[in-house]
Parts: sequence; C-alpha cells; structure tokens
Amino acid sequence: MSQGDEYRDHPVRSYVLTSGRAHPTRNTLRPETLLVAVDGRPAPTTATRQQRDLVRLCRGTLALAEVAAYLALPVSLVAVLVSDLVDSGHLTIRSNHQAHVLPGRDILEKVLDGLRNI
Amino acid sequence: MPGQHLAPSVARSVKVLVVGAFGVGKTTLIGSVSEIEPLRTEEQITTAAVGVDPGLPEKQTTTVALDFGRLTISQEIALYMFGTPGQRRFWDLWAGLADGAVGALVMVDTRSIEASFEVLDQLELRTKMPFAVVINQFPDSPQYPVERIRAALDLLPTTPIVRCDARNRTSSAQALIQLVEHALTFPAFQKAPA
Ligand SMILES: Nc1nc2c(ncn2[C@@H]2O[C@H](COP(=O)(O)OP(=O)(O)O)[C@@H](O)[C@H]2O)c(=O)[nH]1
Ligand SMILES: [Mg+2]
Repeated sequence: MSQGDEYRDHPVRSYVLTSGRAHPTRNTLRPETLLVAVDGRPAPTTATRQQRDLVRLCRGTLALAEVAAYLALPVSLVAVLVSDLVDSGHLTIRSNHQAHVLPGRDILEKVLDGLRNI
Repeated sequence: MPGQHLAPSVARSVKVLVVGAFGVGKTTLIGSVSEIEPLRTEEQITTAAVGVDPGLPEKQTTTVALDFGRLTISQEIALYMFGTPGQRRFWDLWAGLADGAVGALVMVDTRSIEASFEVLDQLELRTKMPFAVVINQFPDSPQYPVERIRAALDLLPTTPIVRCDARNRTSSAQALIQLVEHALTFPAFQKAPA
C-alpha cells in the first residue's frame, strides 16, 4: 500500500451528519466495543439513513469498528450515532465491561489457549 | 460483507495493536490470523492549512486508515487486531485505540530498522503497554542476530523479539502468543479478573 493511499486529503463530513456534535456523549465506546440491536426494535421513524443502516447491521453482534467499516464512516462518527441509539433503547453494548479496565488474567489465559489452538 | 456477526455467546472483546512503518506487513499479519477479511476504516485529522487566506479559515484534513481483523478465541471472547502506523502524527487520533489494549506487536523490517525508531519511541512515551517486536522476514532481509537487533532498537532484555512470516498463520499466531505471554508478566495483568 502506498503512503499516498494511507494519507490523503478528504473533506470533513462528520460535523454535518451528527447535527453539530463532534464528540460522542459516552466515552465508554471503543473501536472494539461489541454492539447488538435490541430485539425486534427497528430504528425510530425519525432516524437518519445512517442510523437505520446501523441498527440493521447490528441484528447480530459486531464491534463498533466493524460497523464503521461496513458503513464506510469514521469510527468517531459511528460512536456518536451509536451513543444516541443506545440512549433511545435501540442498541445495547454487548461487551459490558468498562472500556478502561484492562482484561483480567483469566481472560488473557483464555486468549493464549485460543491462540495455541491455531 | 455485512452479516459476519459474532456468535451470540461472545460478550467480551480483547484488542491488540499491530504497529509499524508503512509496508512492514501489518495488514498481512492481521489477515493471516483474522477469521474475516481485514476491514478498513478511515478517520480524518485536521491539519493546519498552509498558505490559506487568514480571512477564509479553511481547514485542511488528512485521512488515516485503520486496518483490522477479528478472531473468535472462545465461546465468549473475540480478539481484535488493529493495525495502525505508529508515527507521532497518528497517536492523538488513536489515543482511544491504545486504551485498554493488551499490548502491541511492533513490526520491524530489518531492511530499514530506523523506520521503527519513531514507532517505538511513541509507544514507550505515550503508553505503558507491553509490546513484542516482530521481525518480518522478506526475501532480501539481512539476517542479524537477535541480540544485535535488541541493541539497535535499544530494547529491554525482557522484550520478546520474534521472527515471523506474516503471510503464515501459525507464524503470526506465534507472535501474538509471545506478546500475550509477555503481557502476563506485567503488574497490570497480575490482578484478579475485572
Ligand atoms: N516476503 C514477505 N512479504 C511480506 C511479508 N509480510 C508482508 N509482505 C508483503 O509486503 C507488502 C506490504 O505488506 P502490508 O501488510 O500491506 O504492510 P502494512 O503497510 O504494514 O499493512 C505486501 O505486498 C505483502 O505481501 C512477509 O512476511 N514476507
Ligand atoms: Mg496496512
């Protein structure tokens, strides 16, 4: 991959799409935070196209970064959209540990076991 | 494509970073281990505009790509691998990325060892996370003894140095194993489960 590909100019759209808010209201969201739609609740009728697509994508569990990649939107913007949909009861955070807390030893041991099985 | 959902039993994600200069093999390593095709997201950073009329405060923005992959490690746990260039100008943007990470694989190409200096400096300066150095082997890579690489990169005696072929799944997984084993020796991971 060329350097130009990773590092090129691009217009900012985030501001417009999130009605002027540049930062998510919740700082518990990380790229690896797991999300899932609340059963049987479609996006609200007032939802934007992005929010509708987001809720549809989350019929099964996905990390925030995956949602961002599939929607071709920046992680920072998707975090804002997700935050609103969690507040409105349409999405839940599946991985409910605190984002700042490091995984415990037991989790790392399980990760090691999994990797050794490759 | 969309629909590659995790199993409903997965309720925990763990992440590692894969950092290193452009072309060192980050995306290749992630792709070797990942159960999904590596995905990409792009983030914009605002840079000071050069030569812009002060009356028209136009902002110049630059896009930074983040490549990542996923591996379901057990019924409950998914491992995410985020590949990002670790240079200084990217760290502000990816502060949230470093937060909560188990550690980082620092990929080094022995054909240009200097390209790794800034990445290692940033990692040591801005995070306390464990890291392992991965020497990605290219056909024309010079074969330095591990201890010469340790000296050249000014690494602690305890920092793992792993030779790897990023195109190979077992070899790439071995690098991750070394990182997690190293992380387990850190005080941050000695605590009882959170
Ligand atoms: N021979 C060899 N080539 C590799 C290896 N890892 C990556 N490559 C090649 O190096 C190039 C850059 O790799 P890439 O993963 O895109 O680097 P990134 O910029 O760090 O994500 C690609 O053409 C890969 O096929 C390796 O272990 N051995
Ligand atoms: Mg890449």
